[in-house]
Amino acid sequence: MSSALQEQPHEEVAESKSGYAVIAPGHTFASVTDKIASIVLRKRTPFGWFIGVAIGFMIVQMLMLALTWLLLRGTGIWGINVPVGWGFAIINFVWWIGIGHAGTLISAILLLFRQDWRTSINRFAEAMTLFAVACAGIFPLMHTGRPWLAYWMFPYPNTMGLWPQFRSPLIWDVFAVSTYASVSAMFWFVGLIPDLATFRDRAKNRFVRMIYGLGAMGWRGSARHWHRYETAYLILAGLSTPLVLSVHTIVSFDFAVSIVPGWHATIFPPYFVAGAIYAGFAMVLTLLIPIRKFYGLEDFITMRHIHNCAKVMLATGLIVFYGYVMEAFFGWYSANTYERYMIYNRMTGPYAFVYWLLIMCNGVVPQLLWSYRVRENLLALFGIAMVVNVGMWLERFVIVVTSLHRDYLPSSWGNYMPTIWDWATFVGTIGLFITLIFVFLRLLPMISIFEVRTLLPEAQVREETMPTTTTVAPAPAAGD
Amino acid sequence: MTNEDLLQNDDRPIYGLMAEFDTPTEVVNGARRAHDAGYRQMDAFSPFPIHELTEAVGAKKTRLPLLVFFGGLVGCVGGFLMQAYMMAVDYPLNVGGRPLVSIPSFIPVTFECTVLLAATTAVVSMIVLNGLPRPYHPVFNVPRFDLASRNRFFLLIESTDPKFNRDETRLFLRSLNSREVSDVDY
Repeated sequence: MSSALQEQPHEEVAESKSGYAVIAPGHTFASVTDKIASIVLRKRTPFGWFIGVAIGFMIVQMLMLALTWLLLRGTGIWGINVPVGWGFAIINFVWWIGIGHAGTLISAILLLFRQDWRTSINRFAEAMTLFAVACAGIFPLMHTGRPWLAYWMFPYPNTMGLWPQFRSPLIWDVFAVSTYASVSAMFWFVGLIPDLATFRDRAKNRFVRMIYGLGAMGWRGSARHWHRYETAYLILAGLSTPLVLSVHTIVSFDFAVSIVPGWHATIFPPYFVAGAIYAGFAMVLTLLIPIRKFYGLEDFITMRHIHNCAKVMLATGLIVFYGYVMEAFFGWYSANTYERYMIYNRMTGPYAFVYWLLIMCNGVVPQLLWSYRVRENLLALFGIAMVVNVGMWLERFVIVVTSLHRDYLPSSWGNYMPTIWDWATFVGTIGLFITLIFVFLRLLPMISIFEVRTLLPEAQVREETMPTTTTVAPAPAAGD
Repeated sequence: MTNEDLLQNDDRPIYGLMAEFDTPTEVVNGARRAHDAGYRQMDAFSPFPIHELTEAVGAKKTRLPLLVFFGGLVGCVGGFLMQAYMMAVDYPLNVGGRPLVSIPSFIPVTFECTVLLAATTAVVSMIVLNGLPRPYHPVFNVPRFDLASRNRFFLLIESTDPKFNRDETRLFLRSLNSREVSDVDY
């Protein structure tokens, strides 16, 4: 493997076919199973895990504090006011939802395209999706001001005789995000069933076996069951693919359907979807690079995966950057006073530094990914992924704040500054995310074991030249 | 328990006989030969999906996609009619003079309802058609069966098969180059 790289150290060619495999050579069904299962089914929890959870859990306490204060005092503790009524809540909501999208892309879209490198990272990415959506959901819920009445957004027969307003993108969003969360959770659970059966069969402790056995629901790997299972899994992938595109499209409708300069743009849906995948892959790399090292999973999450994630990031990053260029172009080409002023103000106004930082983070820095050597360097990749995480957050800040803070009438202009409670809530959800990821790593298989088995060469059925009916001599016994 | 132990009390009713294999190729060939030998009531177990194996045990095409289609259809029609009923019939709401049944505005929610119901149908039908949850099944009585979720492949011929004969079937399964043949107790 490495010799091929030394011969062609330059770009693309070296790695695409002859370079890194999706799984290190020398593995068997048993070794794959035991390695992945041992991360969970071991007696001793690694010390580093406790440190990670402790840090995450401490930050969750800050989230709890911030939310409690919010419920006591109302959204006035945040920096939002007229004209910037959306602020951090919507910035963070869009940021988190976007991060989730990479999980569905990896698990569903790459499955349909038969990309075998998705196999060892899809479980983890789907978990990331679920936790990111959970973090995202907190923000609009709290932003309603009276979250205990949030169920009013669902159409249920009520004594007020009222229904939700279905012509509003905000109600579309309720349906899109709740559908997305439900379907992602089902997809994830279906993927887990055979692996939970493996855990049930491998666990030594009776209680542990019962818990995983409950989840596995008596799965026994019957050929007939696998048939329905695969059919259902493929259909779910087929359904998730338009779903994931629809979710961020509808999130972008929250902006694009309004008539606010800077929001009312037809490019928003594709540009939001690309941005979501971009942010999601950045988060996948941010998490995978340390986790693969910490758990010694280099055999399953190979440099091939890392390279491919980086390439998807580069491609979607270019689409996003095209979106920024087009926004500026539309502003100028519209010949509309407000649109032109919006883009001018975005580049030179009070939040200009955020805009240029965004261009730096999302437009300039990711260009390093063109280089094969940068993609080989895990530290550099981790750094770039972090920069992109920040960049995508800044993008939503720019979209939400710079579009709102200059209203049509100069008398209603204002500025937006986040308060300490805004920051505490935002950082708090990062803590929640970290905690959930660590709990997941400890309790469930972070790599889909049964799908990794199919990657092994011996998983292929070798067809005999004269099949079945003729009297074939039995194949040579397998050495034991 | 070894085979010899099991052979001694031969009169107990059993669920079937199960052969263990090392590789996917062996179990697929075994299943094909069992099918050719006239066995129909059989099943195979593997730690990952094997398309050839599904065909070899004679599994029928699943109805699942059809059910999903109907689930999606109900979601689509139901989602649209729900909005039309709420916005135009039960509480007509005029927003900026738009038509009461404003089709373009109703599409996003219609789409989400379609996907939600289709996906739920896919998951529920997969579980129900597979007869899950089923915590107890006779195959779990085979001591080595826990390897079916790790690295071994099993072929089961059920005692309900008309051609099933305890001794002959056992000899047949042995002739398939299997590692071991076990009784599956009820």
